[in-house]
Amino acid sequence: MSRAPNTPRSPFIAPAWITVASIVGLVSALIGDGVFDVVSWLIFAALIGLFVRAWIKRERTREPKR
Amino acid sequence: MQRSTLKAWFLVHKWTSLVCTVFLLLLCLTGLPLVFWEEIGHLTGADPEVAPAAAGAQPQNLDDLVNQALAQYPGDVPLFLGWDDHSPSVYVNTGARPDTPPPEMHTAILHEYTGEVLPAPQFNEGVMYFIYRLHTDVFVGLPGMLFLGAMALLFAVAIVSGVVLYGPFMRKLPFGTLRTGRSRRLAWLDLHNVLGIVTLGWAFVVGITGAINTLAKPLEQAWQTQQLGEFARRYEGRSRPAQFASLDDAVAKARAAEPGMKPAFVSFPGTGYSGDHHYGVFMNGDTPLTERLYRPVLIDVETGEITARPQLPGYMTTLLLSQPLHFGDYGGMPLKILWALLDLLTIAVLASGLYLWFKRGSTEARVTEIERAGLVADAGAAR
Repeated sequence: MSRAPNTPRSPFIAPAWITVASIVGLVSALIGDGVFDVVSWLIFAALIGLFVRAWIKRERTREPKR
Repeated sequence: MQRSTLKAWFLVHKWTSLVCTVFLLLLCLTGLPLVFWEEIGHLTGADPEVAPAAAGAQPQNLDDLVNQALAQYPGDVPLFLGWDDHSPSVYVNTGARPDTPPPEMHTAILHEYTGEVLPAPQFNEGVMYFIYRLHTDVFVGLPGMLFLGAMALLFAVAIVSGVVLYGPFMRKLPFGTLRTGRSRRLAWLDLHNVLGIVTLGWAFVVGITGAINTLAKPLEQAWQTQQLGEFARRYEGRSRPAQFASLDDAVAKARAAEPGMKPAFVSFPGTGYSGDHHYGVFMNGDTPLTERLYRPVLIDVETGEITARPQLPGYMTTLLLSQPLHFGDYGGMPLKILWALLDLLTIAVLASGLYLWFKRGSTEARVTEIERAGLVADAGAAR
C-alpha cells in the first residue's frame, strides 16, 4: 500500500537508515576481506556524500526583510 | 511530544554534551593521528623497514631470538614475544621483573628469519606514544581511563538525546536542510543537525566501544583472577620456576593443538597473562574477525606440556571485538581515510555544538524553536 498524499514522512526515517547502514559498514569489513571491505568503504563514503550533497544544495539566499 | 518532555530531553542533550565536549575534542584530535600510527611510523622511520624472508628460509629458533633480545638489555627478564602481521619480524618485550608495567618495558625487534636485531625506538617513547597516552588515560593510568570512559558514555547519551530532539525539529524540513543564507546561528544549527545525523551510527559505535576499551584493565584482571586463577591454584605453594622449557617447542605444540590458527603472542610466567608456571601462547585466526579472537594455549614451563586451552570468557571477547570497531584499523587504507574524515566531521559537530551553546539564549526559546519544527529558528537568534 502506498503512502497517502500529504502524509509527512517521519523525520526519524533518515537517522534509522543511517544507523543501520553504519552498523552494516562497521561489521562488513570485520567479517571478511575483499568485497566485505568494499561494502564498508562504499557505505561510509555514501554517508560522507550525504553531507557533501547537503552542502552543495544549501540554501544561500537571504529571506527578504519584511 | 509534550513541551515538558521536550524540555527535559533538551536539558539532557545540553548538559551531557557540555560536560563531555572538551574531552571529546581531545579524544577526536588525538585519535586522528592514531588512525595512521603505523603509516606515520614508517614515514618517520620510527618503525623499521624489514627485508622480506629469502626463499626457502626457515624462521630462527624462538629461544635464540629471546636470548638475543635479552643481550640488548642485560639483567632483564623476558615478558612477551609477538609476531608482526605485516612483516617477517618479532618483538620481544623485556623488563627488570616479570610484572614490569608497559611504560617501563624495553622492546627489541628482530628479523624472524635472520635473527638480526633491527634498529627501532621503544614503543613507549616519542610523539605518537605521548598522543596515545593522552588519548587513553591522560597520563594518570586507570583513573584517567575510567574518566574518559565516563565521558564516552555521556557522549552516547548526548547522541541519543540529540536524535530525540532532531525528530520534532526536522518534522517539517527535508532531510539535509542547510540554511546558510540567514542568521549565522541558524547555519550552525543546521550544520550541527546534518553532521550529527550523518555521523550518528559511526560516532555512537566508536563512543561505546571506546568506553568498553577503557575497561580493559579491570576486565583483564577479572579474567586473570577467574579463569587463569583456576589453573594457578593447581600450582599453589610452588615457586615460579627459574629454568624454562624451550619456547620454540612450546609454540610448536600450540600450533599443533590449534591447526587452524597461528600464534599472535606469547606471555612469559609472571606477566599476569598466564600465571607463574605457564607460557601463554595466544593463537588467533587470519580473518579480520578471528585475528582479534585469541585462544590461549597454556604450556607448563617446566614440563613443556599443554595444561589447558581455555575459551576466552564473553566479556573478554566483547573487549577484543570492541578494539577494531574503535580504532578502524581493519578495512585497509580506504577505511582509515574514511575513519579520519568521520572523525573530522565529529569534531565539526562538537565545535558547532559549542558555538550554539555560546549563542544559546533561553532554554524556553530553544524548546519553542524545536516545537515549531525549526521554521522560526531565525527568530531565536535575534534574542
